[in-house]
Amino acid sequence: MYVSVKGGEAAIDNAHRLLADRRRGDRSVPALTLDQITEQLALGVDRVMSEGSLYDRRLAALAIKQARGDLIEAIFLVRAYRTTLPRFGFAEPVDTGAMLVERRISACYKDLPGGQLLGPTFDYTHRLLDEELEVDARIEPGRMREGASEPVTRIVDILGGEGLIEEEPGTNGEEPGDINQTPLEFPLSRAMRLQSLARGDEGFLLALGYSTQRGYARSHPFAGEIRIGEVEIEVYLPELGFAVPVGRVQLTECQMVNQFKGSAKLPPQFTRGYGLVFGQSERKAMAMALCDRALRAEELGEDIVAPAQDQEFVISHCDNVQATGFVEHLKLPHYVDFQAELGLVRTMRAEFERANGVFQQAQAESAIEKKEAAE
Amino acid sequence: MSIETERAARRNRMSVLARCETSRLQGLWSKLGLDPTYKLLRGPEYGLVMLRGRTGGTGEPFNIGEATVTRASVKLDDGSVGHAMALGRDDMKARLCAIVDALCQDTRTAVLIDAEMIAPIKSELDGADERRRQETAATRVDFFTMVRGED
Repeated sequence: MYVSVKGGEAAIDNAHRLLADRRRGDRSVPALTLDQITEQLALGVDRVMSEGSLYDRRLAALAIKQARGDLIEAIFLVRAYRTTLPRFGFAEPVDTGAMLVERRISACYKDLPGGQLLGPTFDYTHRLLDEELEVDARIEPGRMREGASEPVTRIVDILGGEGLIEEEPGTNGEEPGDINQTPLEFPLSRAMRLQSLARGDEGFLLALGYSTQRGYARSHPFAGEIRIGEVEIEVYLPELGFAVPVGRVQLTECQMVNQFKGSAKLPPQFTRGYGLVFGQSERKAMAMALCDRALRAEELGEDIVAPAQDQEFVISHCDNVQATGFVEHLKLPHYVDFQAELGLVRTMRAEFERANGVFQQAQAESAIEKKEAAE
Repeated sequence: MSIETERAARRNRMSVLARCETSRLQGLWSKLGLDPTYKLLRGPEYGLVMLRGRTGGTGEPFNIGEATVTRASVKLDDGSVGHAMALGRDDMKARLCAIVDALCQDTRTAVLIDAEMIAPIKSELDGADERRRQETAATRVDFFTMVRGED
């Protein structure tokens, strides 16, 4: 039998009103604008877009504001919003080789065509807090360097030219699976794993990537290349009969180059892990590439010995919206469940005590008997 | 004009319009003084497109995540139909881009729009790209080696 209990409506209303009040905080402090968030908390916005799996800076900024800066809550809001919109179609696969590069580094080659372009990076900062940022100090614009720029060649093309790295299999014309529209069934294709990883929790993937470096499925990775920049998005419009550009998005791509694999047919060559995420987020792209490589264990004939290689473990737990939903659901009333458990534990205790009572009595009796025997 | 060049011109126009700020579009549009009557065939409406990458950058396609887009289709009184789709949520922009696309079916209007609207926006966008390229170029590492020893 189910008995529903009602109540709490007024408490909930007041709690939400209080939430709105606390979110706004001290009214003498100016309210944050969405432009301030997209411009000045840009990397937080990028994380919400990436794990919210929806590219829209303004929506992500709104979600961050509404969530009081709780990024997982913001990601949840964005995921919920995306379910309200119809899917118009698919974009053509982006060409990251044609990216307008804002940053490109390689840890494999010092001198490579296009050069090492540091871009706006935290690397090489001393991680000392900058007190100047406490006030709105005047900030100089970036320096410029004129002259024709070299095309920024992909590192995998350099290695691939010599056949030293595995080639990516081309398209077989099949549609890649979509985790939004198909239930997860393991083993997943690499395409579906990459989709899951692309929206996976940065912290979770970072920890798993780190675990592979510490020896749990070691893959000897090199950051072959990391590039950040804008790529053009094209969508095929059936009414026109051709694909049209609809704007640009910023992406971060990581090509991880890992230790060798060969076979009877193939000479030894480097293997690859790949990361591609929305916005500027190279920690996430690198972690994704490490996890992608680890998850290819079976395909590459490696023993599955570590969590990072276990598809079901990684993919089922990398989504922070699912994870937070299940962990936080524990807050919901479980009064009836708990009553049942209480009843059960009381019965068990009664049995325990009864048995213990009998046991203690028996012990006491045997002690008396022993004493008597000794006397 | 062959179908290919016409198609390329249309694509180019759409590419420029899709990347332009709405306020800038409106400014240039109002200066043109064109005010066609039109009927909305579809939208403007918001929706999603799934963005795709390729494994390893060049391999088989996979889904990265979705992006918001706005699309619109219009029909002018003379029967020409225009379409538009642009990233983001912006009714005004999609509507205006669809009208411009429809107007450009007429070669003479297309010449006017290309000169007065598309060309200036394109040069602004290219300027912004060039600026970004130069800012990035300034962060390029120039390696130098220090020679030690005498051999």
